[in-house]
Amino acid sequence: MTDATMTVDHLVVDFSTGDGTVRAVRGISFSLAPQEVLGIVGESGSGKSVTALATMGLLAKNATVTGSITYAGREILGLKEKQLAKIRGIGIAMIFQDPMTSLNPVYTVGWQIAEAVQAHQDVDKNEAMAKAVALLQLVGIPNAERRVQDYPHEFSGGMRQRVVIAIAMANNPAVILADEPTTALDVTVQAQVLDSLKTALAETKASLLLITHDLGVIAGLADRVLVMYAGRPVEIGTVDQIFYRPAMPYTHGLLGSLPRLDSQGAERLRQIPGAPPSMVGEMKGCPFAPRCPMRADICDEQEPNLAPVDSQPLDSPADGSGSAGSALDEIDDAGHVAACHFAGDVARLPVASMFPDTSADHEGVAP
Amino acid sequence: MTETSDLSPRQQRLRRVSTSEVGMHTLPEAVPPAGSDDEARYGMAGDARGQLATVARRFIHSPMAVIGLCIFFGLAVAAILTEMFWTYSYTSITNTLNAPPSLAHPMGTNSIGGDVFAQAMHGTLQDIEIALVVAVLATFIGATVGAIAGFYRGGTDTALMRFVDLILVIPVLAILIVLAHIVAKQASNWLWLAIIIGAVSWTYVARLVRADFLSLRERDFVEASRALGASNRRIIVRHMLPNALGPIIVNATITVALSIVLESTLSYIGLGIQPPNVSLGLLVDQGQDSATTEWWLFVFPVVILVVLILSIFFIGDGLREALDPKKNRVRA
Repeated sequence: MTDATMTVDHLVVDFSTGDGTVRAVRGISFSLAPQEVLGIVGESGSGKSVTALATMGLLAKNATVTGSITYAGREILGLKEKQLAKIRGIGIAMIFQDPMTSLNPVYTVGWQIAEAVQAHQDVDKNEAMAKAVALLQLVGIPNAERRVQDYPHEFSGGMRQRVVIAIAMANNPAVILADEPTTALDVTVQAQVLDSLKTALAETKASLLLITHDLGVIAGLADRVLVMYAGRPVEIGTVDQIFYRPAMPYTHGLLGSLPRLDSQGAERLRQIPGAPPSMVGEMKGCPFAPRCPMRADICDEQEPNLAPVDSQPLDSPADGSGSAGSALDEIDDAGHVAACHFAGDVARLPVASMFPDTSADHEGVAP
Repeated sequence: MTETSDLSPRQQRLRRVSTSEVGMHTLPEAVPPAGSDDEARYGMAGDARGQLATVARRFIHSPMAVIGLCIFFGLAVAAILTEMFWTYSYTSITNTLNAPPSLAHPMGTNSIGGDVFAQAMHGTLQDIEIALVVAVLATFIGATVGAIAGFYRGGTDTALMRFVDLILVIPVLAILIVLAHIVAKQASNWLWLAIIIGAVSWTYVARLVRADFLSLRERDFVEASRALGASNRRIIVRHMLPNALGPIIVNATITVALSIVLESTLSYIGLGIQPPNVSLGLLVDQGQDSATTEWWLFVFPVVILVVLILSIFFIGDGLREALDPKKNRVRA
């Protein structure tokens, strides 16, 4: 894809620590089309945030980054701080996880937004401040003219995150990276913040790289989803493909552990047994194999690569099966890739049915 | 559970949500007409005048700080007026020896007939001058070194902090004696004295600021401003230093007190302020031998010294409170 706003190619991030080399990201490639929203999901330690920080050049000094990151057709990996500073904020902007700490406590929010504006635009203070008011109105802060003079501690968590969004969109960036933008907020506020984020996207026409472990947020906002596990992408597809034809047991497990509005009766949530692998040292075979119900010998031998998924039913070719008219049948496999030796089989399984209920569930739920 | 046929409503909901309302919001025209009331309203929070006014307002609301400020300026003004209009100068020698306080000599006279009031007032002025130079110098050097060490860490930090350690392990008095000996004979030697005291007392500020910066540099807002394209210099000066201002100011006021003590120590061993010039420390040292007999030689300089140092502490405390936005419980 040549017209992509940003591409990441074979990105590998290692941290050298006292315990050995931590292989935080072990090869991730994706591209972000203009105005596209790409969600990255995965559990803690799967390398989501490290990927985002690497694209901003914000990793700690003990990180070794290889691969390629291009923005607007230009390689940005390995650029000098000075050149990076020209891209940060105006080309790629970032929204951090915790709005309680990502604003400077000693300045008014107006000052901070105006600073962001003045960092990349040649405007005077009054203009920058007027822009700050406009941005605050845009992200839905009531009484914006007055509130610009307030300090961050005078705002609630959700409002602060909206201020952070306003700062991110201040320079009309082409790409916004949002690193768990709603994780630190309570559920009712999350929706408002996501609305502000949508407004920001519509206003700036930016692409969004949305990092989260909340599949609900992904479903509401993303066009495509990248599922990460143990530092590698294990499945990439559209929201529909990921949510209805998951082709990787881990994705199945994630979906199975979510409560669903459309489930009937008292379904228990199914958990993925075990814990993610240690990221120190070399790995052999599929990193998910120890937790996987479909594990076979090949899984221990060979780590699967991302491969196109064929999720069409085996016995009824193409279309026209029993459940006629269901939108599900229209989901094709274009662009859907997964890293599993049995991707096709997994994709044909009913969603979330893969992991067994625990025995306690059968006793407890009986009506 | 039959997944496929049940999912249709969810499917539709998903579709609906994922088409975001592109184009619904347009950037409001918010640039205020030039010269209108709006301009002042929008402009306030951002410009330095507005910030300063806010800090001043908060400062005034702290009674102790205002009292401290009044005493400090009162003493300074009194000292200047005494210098200009009082009958005797600090160098005058009268025929009245060892006289207790009277109308002619409100603080009495010393053994060679010098007017203690004139001397104490001159000493106050001298101490204020020295203390201000030391405070500014020590705070500036200390904050700079500490900020650089704490921000860059690694080799820079090690080099700078070992240098600080070096200054700290050599007794301050030894350094002062060597340096003061060189400049003791210079004209206007109080300025040199202040510079020397400043050159050895910045180490505490440096350690303090470094410790603060080590914790500040890990805060998200520092990362956030880097993600906005801010340079290291800007992050240090505009984002981190203001957050370390509280301890810096408190330490500056302590440095003021410390510098007065150091100055009097040096004066005591004859390397500080040289007679006929006087400082409060020199007066206290000269007066302490006769504290039980000619009490006025001792008590008045001590009282002025204590009041002076306390007033500076109060000012520092008030400033720290006024500069901390979270302490603001006053609404205009």
